[in-house]
Amino acid sequence: MLTKRIIPCLDIKNGRTVKGINFKQLRDAGDPVELAKRYADMGADELVFLDISATLEERNTTLEMVLKVAEHINIPFTVGGGISSIEDVDRLLKSGADKVSVNSSAIKNPELINALSNKFGKQCITVAIDAKEIDGEWIVHLAGGSIPTKLNMFDWAKEVESRGAGEILFTSMNNDGTKSGFANSALAKLSQSLNIPIIASGGAGTIQHFVAAFTLGQADAALAASVFHFNEITIPDLKRELQNKGIPMRL
Amino acid sequence: MNVVIIDYGAGNIKSLQFAFKRLGVAAKLTSIPEEISVADKVIFPGVGEASSAMEMLKKSKLDLLIPTLKQPVLGICLGMQLLCNSSEEGSTNGLGIFNTEVKQFSTVVKVPQMGWNTITNLKSGLFKNIKEDAFMYLVHSFYAVTNAQTIATTHYDLDYASALQHNNFYGVQFHPEKSGEIGAQLLRNFLTLE
Repeated sequence: MLTKRIIPCLDIKNGRTVKGINFKQLRDAGDPVELAKRYADMGADELVFLDISATLEERNTTLEMVLKVAEHINIPFTVGGGISSIEDVDRLLKSGADKVSVNSSAIKNPELINALSNKFGKQCITVAIDAKEIDGEWIVHLAGGSIPTKLNMFDWAKEVESRGAGEILFTSMNNDGTKSGFANSALAKLSQSLNIPIIASGGAGTIQHFVAAFTLGQADAALAASVFHFNEITIPDLKRELQNKGIPMRL
Repeated sequence: MNVVIIDYGAGNIKSLQFAFKRLGVAAKLTSIPEEISVADKVIFPGVGEASSAMEMLKKSKLDLLIPTLKQPVLGICLGMQLLCNSSEEGSTNGLGIFNTEVKQFSTVVKVPQMGWNTITNLKSGLFKNIKEDAFMYLVHSFYAVTNAQTIATTHYDLDYASALQHNNFYGVQFHPEKSGEIGAQLLRNFLTLE
């Protein structure tokens, strides 16, 4: 049976992981390779690297990092952040990334999704959607959730699927950073109206939140950052507990 | 050992090269027929769309070379699918090594299948030291119909052939290079095949 995926997300700047990461066992908590390896050993199903670099120079360092991760890690990983062209994707895939995630550039230029999907295959094109519920309507946001667009999230998700996205990474800005659980009703609606996998993101605080994302939210995968980085939830505990709740896991 | 990865422009093959490097083997990327013919082991990878991948093979005449190979050949993902008779993806013929068709998953399930699923009914030396129901990583929208050459099955939408073998030709739908230690074991097994 296809299992549900648990995905730690690492923020990357200048080829290094950022945000405090509290793994005492690590010699260098800023080393993405060491951290990625540790997550892979713990049973993470995939990894997402989100590049928050601001300069071209920093981005080139990220490419070198991707190459090193691919050399040492034997599970799939996605790279997102600042990707806006076929050339960007080509460079990342050639450096060994398995998938790329596009966000703002797809909103500004939806044709990009078609172009990427046709050139590289839908299996490696994830579209990330940041959305916020405002007066009962889910509105897509740009630039890490700070700028609202006119797009309804469900309409945009449908369009993204029809343009050839292979999966959707949905982050609820209402839930992100709150540790109060995932946006399960919106997740369920997305999952029912689309036929591609949905990754839930934003709001993970407890193991029960993951259970709800997979049951109520019908998510195919769940992504989290700080609960893993700060050891608040360990991946083996999480996966065992999800399995006990009847959610198929790779153990 | 002389291991080559056929480089015909279909997808990300860096990960495969790295997977062999982790096993201490320097696999060479090549599209040169002479280099492929003399290799001890041949990896036939591929991601992307079947009919365009087939066109790329024809352009480089690799479609004529591959079926004549005598050493162990491992088709991975789309590589495996192209070794079948035909594919519904772009309605293309395949290389006809595996006597089966490649079809699209129904919309009862999410497509592509993306993630870790189990392999069962394991029937080949390729799976030495790999247990029934081991997990492998898969990403695909099309599947090979089971036949007598099936050496592993996986369930998604239906039971399909997740690995096939005919003489020296092996094919796996999953990505051993991305399937953790179990995937590495499969690659190790492939390297020891005669």
